Amino acid sequence: MAQVVPAEHELRRVIGDGESIPDREVEGLGEADLLELHRSLVLLRTYDERSLVYHRQGRIGTYAIFWNHEAMQAGAVHALDDEDWIFPSYRESAIGLLRGMPASTVLSWWRGHPAGWWNPADYNVASICVPIATHVPHAAGLAWGKKLRGESACALVFFGDGATSEGSFHEGANFAAVTDAPLVLLCNNNQWAISTPLEAQTRAETLADKAVGYGMPGVRVDGADVLAVYEATREAVARARTGEGPTFVEAVTYRAAPHATADDPRAYIDLERVEEERKRECVGRYEAYLERLGVLEPEHAEAVRSEARELMRRGIAQAEAEPPPDSELLFAHAFVDPPASFGSDLDELRRILGDG
Amino acid sequence: MPELSYREAVRDALATAMRRDDEVFVMGEDIAEMGGSMGVTQGMLDEFGPERVRNTPISEMALVGAGIGAAMQGMRPVVEVMYEDFLTLACEQIVNQAAKHRYMSGGQVKVPLTVRTQGGAGWSPGAQHAQQLEAWFVHVPGLKVVFASTPADVRGLLYTSIYDDNPVVFFEHRTLYGIKEEVPDELEPIELGKARVHREGEDVTVVATGRLVHEALRAAEEAEGEGVSVEVVDPRTLQPLDEETLVASVKKTNRCVVAHEAVTRMGFGAEVAAVLQHQAFDWLDAPIERVGARFTPLPFAPVMEEWVVPHAADVLEAIRRTVGRNGH
Ligand SMILES: Cc1ncc(C[n+]2csc(CCOP(=O)(O)OP(=O)(O)O)c2C)c(N)n1
Ligand SMILES: [Mg+2]
Repeated sequence: MAQVVPAEHELRRVIGDGESIPDREVEGLGEADLLELHRSLVLLRTYDERSLVYHRQGRIGTYAIFWNHEAMQAGAVHALDDEDWIFPSYRESAIGLLRGMPASTVLSWWRGHPAGWWNPADYNVASICVPIATHVPHAAGLAWGKKLRGESACALVFFGDGATSEGSFHEGANFAAVTDAPLVLLCNNNQWAISTPLEAQTRAETLADKAVGYGMPGVRVDGADVLAVYEATREAVARARTGEGPTFVEAVTYRAAPHATADDPRAYIDLERVEEERKRECVGRYEAYLERLGVLEPEHAEAVRSEARELMRRGIAQAEAEPPPDSELLFAHAFVDPPASFGSDLDELRRILGDG
Repeated sequence: MPELSYREAVRDALATAMRRDDEVFVMGEDIAEMGGSMGVTQGMLDEFGPERVRNTPISEMALVGAGIGAAMQGMRPVVEVMYEDFLTLACEQIVNQAAKHRYMSGGQVKVPLTVRTQGGAGWSPGAQHAQQLEAWFVHVPGLKVVFASTPADVRGLLYTSIYDDNPVVFFEHRTLYGIKEEVPDELEPIELGKARVHREGEDVTVVATGRLVHEALRAAEEAEGEGVSVEVVDPRTLQPLDEETLVASVKKTNRCVVAHEAVTRMGFGAEVAAVLQHQAFDWLDAPIERVGARFTPLPFAPVMEEWVVPHAADVLEAIRRTVGRNGH
């Protein structure tokens, strides 16, 4: 029987503020690990900032910005093994980069080019889910399957604060709990769902409180503290692997950017608050921590940044060099065995396009 | 007569009903401060306040379900589902609940609920954000289904839908919000179940819905240049269907093309064709042609999306086929 305990309310933190709040260290993380985490954060940050530029230049389509969410993404993924599955929402579109996916693949996805399709099994990264919360049950099902097959892998699903209002979230979380599925429910609480603030989404004091109702632990971490997210996820993964079932991790941050490139938040957001939050952004905080620890040299940080920029330059060049898609692709993947009648649709299209 | 955009016309219908009746209110995701993802409800929070312009959590099933609860006690709620693709999440409420309450209570419970939603291709949002699913709902006894294609129509039809005592699923098309049309000074309700003849013609009738009404009108212009006179009719209400107007038109022209943006196979056009061949069989001089999307999910790639959904050129080709003017 799962033990029902009250969820945590205090935010777990590792990184201090360099003044009154002391830094902690995470057991088992060496200097190389800390720098690896840094590299991931910089990679995600660079991806995000360059994507915004590419969007303005008309080189990618509408893009869901994840600025100031890099810490929870990198922290969570580093706590997983490569065999573990990640289920991203649109907010974690570039999460595959942390599993070795080429930047050109993710950029192609945002360009709406077929080269942006990846095989989830190659990276254990599921397809990006845009309908809200409907991937939570997929993650529960996959995790349960891993357990039934006696495999050690677990799954981690990212979803937003707004997503906790959806039936799919509730049903998926409950399902995972009842089946003791090895699942980490990682809630990105950035306190906004487009224009809807958290307090209009729930009356629960914290989102972690919801875990109590499912009979699973609810953990709260500072989502802009990469080490706190790492540590909490590592704990959740350990529970999952030893058959103790799912954990709900609420990672609290602030959406200090528009919802997506198509959004103008001035109508609903307090811009001063946004400015305040931007000063506390997660990459700078981690770099300051590493500097206090004496681990990060400025030259090294610069080298990591320029490596990430170079990766993006190559990525966009490669994505743009992709040949235009073949019209056959329109019908190739809707069914495993496309009905014979589709042949006439394709012939018709080719005739119209003048290439057949 | 003032000119309104389709977006302003929707807003005007909502605001007019809300000014007239306290029973009318709107709720949906991001419709308050932000004014909805399509800007339809912009400014309404200021005029009507948060009790009547209600932002809800992201819970489509509860949104429609709560609308049913409100409607059962005499309110006339208008709920907005941000994308028609997400009607899927509310289908239990729409299909099994709203559509059935009256029937299953022997006519004693009524559900005067309006579910407004929008969808459609033309801006390349991919397979889960641009579908045209109206055919799903016309298939459910108990629901009325409206798909308005112009500012004047959307204004008059939405107003009538709000005051209809049946649940109405009301479709808007994403790419039409900016189009303009002159509308009556005073809002004139438009009866549900009445088609609009956009253009009279002698040789071919094009029955079109939503965005395809405009594509059909463009195709008709071109056909005119080729000496083919085209009548364009928009049923506007898909359920109930104005069979009388459609049949009369086809009896006059003897040829018909049915055009919608939704996939052709098993679509709304098949129903229209069946009605017409049955009621106007002896008047038809050519097989009824159908124009719609190819049977595949909508691709995210802008160029490929264009290849899937129909345009004026597709309607024109179908017109030519019915009059035997091309080689296919
Ligand atoms: C089922 C469904 N309903 C509505 C939408 C429209 N929508 C897109 S993003 C969004 C807000 C989601 O907020 P949250 O879950 O907090 O995630 P965040 O965007 O903040 O990462 C909404 C309502 C959708 N994509 N899917
Ligand atoms: Mg959010």
